[in-house]
Amino acid sequence: MATIVSLDPRVTRMEIEQDPGSAPEPKAELDQFPTFEVFHQERTGAHHVHVGSVHAPNADLALLLAKEQYGRRGQTVNLWVVNTRDVVTMSAGDADIFATTPEKTYRDVGAYMVRNKVEAYKKQQGEQKS
Amino acid sequence: MNQDAVKDLLVRMADDVLILAHRHSEWTGLGPVLEEDIAFSSVAQDKLGHAQALYAILHEHFGMPDPDVMAFGRAEADMRSCHFVELPNGEYDFSLVRHLLFDAAEYVRWSALRESSFEPLAKLAHKIQGELKYHLYHAQTWIVQLGSQGSEESKARMQSALNTAWPYALGLFESRPGDADLVATGFFPGEDALRAEWEVLVQGILAKATLTMPHDHAAVLGGRDGYHSEFLAPLLVEMTEVYRIDPSAQW
Repeated sequence: MATIVSLDPRVTRMEIEQDPGSAPEPKAELDQFPTFEVFHQERTGAHHVHVGSVHAPNADLALLLAKEQYGRRGQTVNLWVVNTRDVVTMSAGDADIFATTPEKTYRDVGAYMVRNKVEAYKKQQGEQKS
Repeated sequence: MNQDAVKDLLVRMADDVLILAHRHSEWTGLGPVLEEDIAFSSVAQDKLGHAQALYAILHEHFGMPDPDVMAFGRAEADMRSCHFVELPNGEYDFSLVRHLLFDAAEYVRWSALRESSFEPLAKLAHKIQGELKYHLYHAQTWIVQLGSQGSEESKARMQSALNTAWPYALGLFESRPGDADLVATGFFPGEDALRAEWEVLVQGILAKATLTMPHDHAAVLGGRDGYHSEFLAPLLVEMTEVYRIDPSAQW
């Protein structure tokens, strides 16, 4: 039986049959590792920011693999990993609960004009001191 | 300073790490999972950097050829790598065990070299400290995982790979005639001292992995005198293939 000859000597060395005769066995469903979400901290004291996920059999390995995926470029001082299953989330279909009606301006900071009051207060304080 | 002894030490350290970097890089694209493929390839790149730094010291301070010529331009008999790093990758179990045993040795060796009386080497030891710590962490995490938290099969395979690798790993610590001078001048602590410290470190990791440390083996030697395993010559052919097309090419 002829084997695959590749420009990559490593592939040639594997002696893979050119015509295997039968199709390869399909993989069992869900045979992959679970995923862990990775949070990256750029500086001491900064927030850990979600940057992506890794496949790993457990948290120890997830942290190890996250180091290379997300910590090898740019500044990093720390990483967190969290099992994706442990992340509690809303349903994507519920995004409309964040849409508030626009006329409640009294809930927005911009609706309050305090500068005049602040300046008047400063002026008053200044007068008291002098 | 005993220049010949220094050259002998630095060349064998550099050659070990160069050859193992090549072996590790053979996993690139073929690793067991994507994330690990990237991590292991990254370790290989770090190793190559360490070899380059050592060849650069040999070039600048001891008048040896430049790093490219040292890495790609020497005949097999002029290489000083030990048989341990020359062995083919085999399955991932063997590659991981070799990674652990080698990086535990590197960790011990370079930790000691931070105190070396030869300043360029001490500086390099400080510079690569973080990488070596990571390499050991990477190896240790996998070994403990597959030894104590995997299946019966994974544990049996790790133990079997460990038994195979052990006599070769001992070859990392072959003493050389000039070493005594280097120990006396505080250049490095000597191979026997390093090996003793390495065994303690490895023993602790293997205990966590519930694996048994082999003992009473004779080290596989020869590489330091230019007598190599049958696996080095084909590796060199492959590794130097592009370089040999035109050794004077500027990259």
